[in-house]
Amino acid sequence: MKRDKVIGAILLAVALSAITGLAIITVFIFREGVPIILRVGPRQFFLSTDWDPSLGHFGILSMMVGSLFVTVGAAVIGVVFSLSLAIVLTQFAPPGLSAALKPVIELLAGIPSVVYGFVGVVTLVPLIRQWLGGPGLSVLAASIVLGVMILPTITSIAIDALQAVPKSYLEGSIALGATRWQTVTMVLLRAARSGLVAAIILGMGRAIGETMAVIMVAGNALDVPRSLLAPVRTLTSNIALEMGYASGDHRQALFATGVTLFVIITILNTAALAISRQRAGKRRAT
Amino acid sequence: MRLSPVTSQRLAVGFMWLLTGITFAVLVFILAFILVHGLPHVTWTFLTHSPASMGREGGIFPMILGTFLVAGLAVLLAAPIGVATAVYLSEYTREGRLTLVIRFGADCLSGVPSIIFGLFGFVFFAITLGMGLSVLSGSLTLALMVLPTIIRTSEEAIRAVPTSYREVSLGLGGTRWQTVFYVVLRSALPGISTGIVLSLGRSISETAAVMLTAGSALRLPRSLFDSSRTLALHFYLLSREGISMPNAYATASVLIIAILALNLLAYALMRRFAVKVGH
Repeated sequence: MKRDKVIGAILLAVALSAITGLAIITVFIFREGVPIILRVGPRQFFLSTDWDPSLGHFGILSMMVGSLFVTVGAAVIGVVFSLSLAIVLTQFAPPGLSAALKPVIELLAGIPSVVYGFVGVVTLVPLIRQWLGGPGLSVLAASIVLGVMILPTITSIAIDALQAVPKSYLEGSIALGATRWQTVTMVLLRAARSGLVAAIILGMGRAIGETMAVIMVAGNALDVPRSLLAPVRTLTSNIALEMGYASGDHRQALFATGVTLFVIITILNTAALAISRQRAGKRRAT
Repeated sequence: MRLSPVTSQRLAVGFMWLLTGITFAVLVFILAFILVHGLPHVTWTFLTHSPASMGREGGIFPMILGTFLVAGLAVLLAAPIGVATAVYLSEYTREGRLTLVIRFGADCLSGVPSIIFGLFGFVFFAITLGMGLSVLSGSLTLALMVLPTIIRTSEEAIRAVPTSYREVSLGLGGTRWQTVFYVVLRSALPGISTGIVLSLGRSISETAAVMLTAGSALRLPRSLFDSSRTLALHFYLLSREGISMPNAYATASVLIIAILALNLLAYALMRRFAVKVGH
């Protein structure tokens, strides 16, 4: 018995390592990044588009806008495809086919982001350049590549959300004479709404945090993009592109870029968590 | 014109099937594109030799070893911690404030982007702890990164073990620990392994975090404190700097084959687990 207590205590200590890791990460990123934001002035840092480390100009507005654009673009593409996949696999595909296709979606999640970026550069970017104009390396290219990359995340969470809807809801709707598609739009999607919203938010978190693929297809220009075909630099690519040679204030400003990213992602994730918790609570109550 | 419910169902469902088809076509295209261009260049010499002139010539042996070391060590470090956390969450405590905190930590950690892990690993392991850009810094960083995945998949696997198994063990006079170790963990092993294998895949694929922590040295790592370039980073540098497209495709092919093999293994393990716990 006593031995069990000791083991329990050891397990607890180990179990705290994830939260401890998170705490250390937060402390170190903030300690490196926050001082420079204060020195430059938050207004200058967040609201200026002038990023020129050699002159000591650190304004990340254009990258924040860049991240926003590609994330929203990716979400639009990712959501349309993911919801279709989730609905088809849970409602319309024969069970055998769904079971076979789910691991394939896992595989899509396993492909390295550099491979996505590379295939985007050699196939998608020339197509955009040729047919739509511009340099090809663009908001559009980044949105499409990211949209594909976040597809597995959104799809698998959406599938869980759709499967959690009680069968009786769907049967009730069908019994009332609705078609299966009407049942999907009027009952299924509504009942699963909060889970689907959580899935989309988590997908957006993935998109805004993705680095290597975006560097390869987005063009990385420092201007605020004026169209879908303009090149763009995101918060993540700014860090990865310049960390290699940055030092002093410049390096700190890159950590400050990381702090910004970290805060945005934490807000997104907390929102998604809160929404899915709320749903779990509601289900328990009924 | 108003469409009849049946017609609109046909259109909508047809459209969704089309998108589903496109998705899988994209996956097949990506894999085929890399393998068709790359496999002809994957030779025995390529796999077993060191690169020459920045990777323009020669092979990728140091990167294979580097990837193996960084990703392997990461999973080796994260797996015991992750499984222990899962055991604690599912067998040793009741749901309460403490489990909420532990879960919150794991959930947040899983959402942190890899570039942030990279920044952290760089300033914490490489600089503050003095490990430098090295295999060790890289693997410690990746270990933190895959920890939430291992916790989540292990917990799911442990919870899927039927309660009756535990009752039988306890009824026969087994202690709690004996029950957990000999009955629960043993039954959940294939499920836990699935998570570990997928984490290994994620470690191999990772680029941004590894770039900032393990560095990009081309030579063979001789100790854990040596910098080492992984396959994913080598592929990125070869293609981005236009050093050698054939070698870039070949490196990507090796990477893709490794990922395919790991996913296949994970799938096989999952099937076995499903049979074992009777789903």
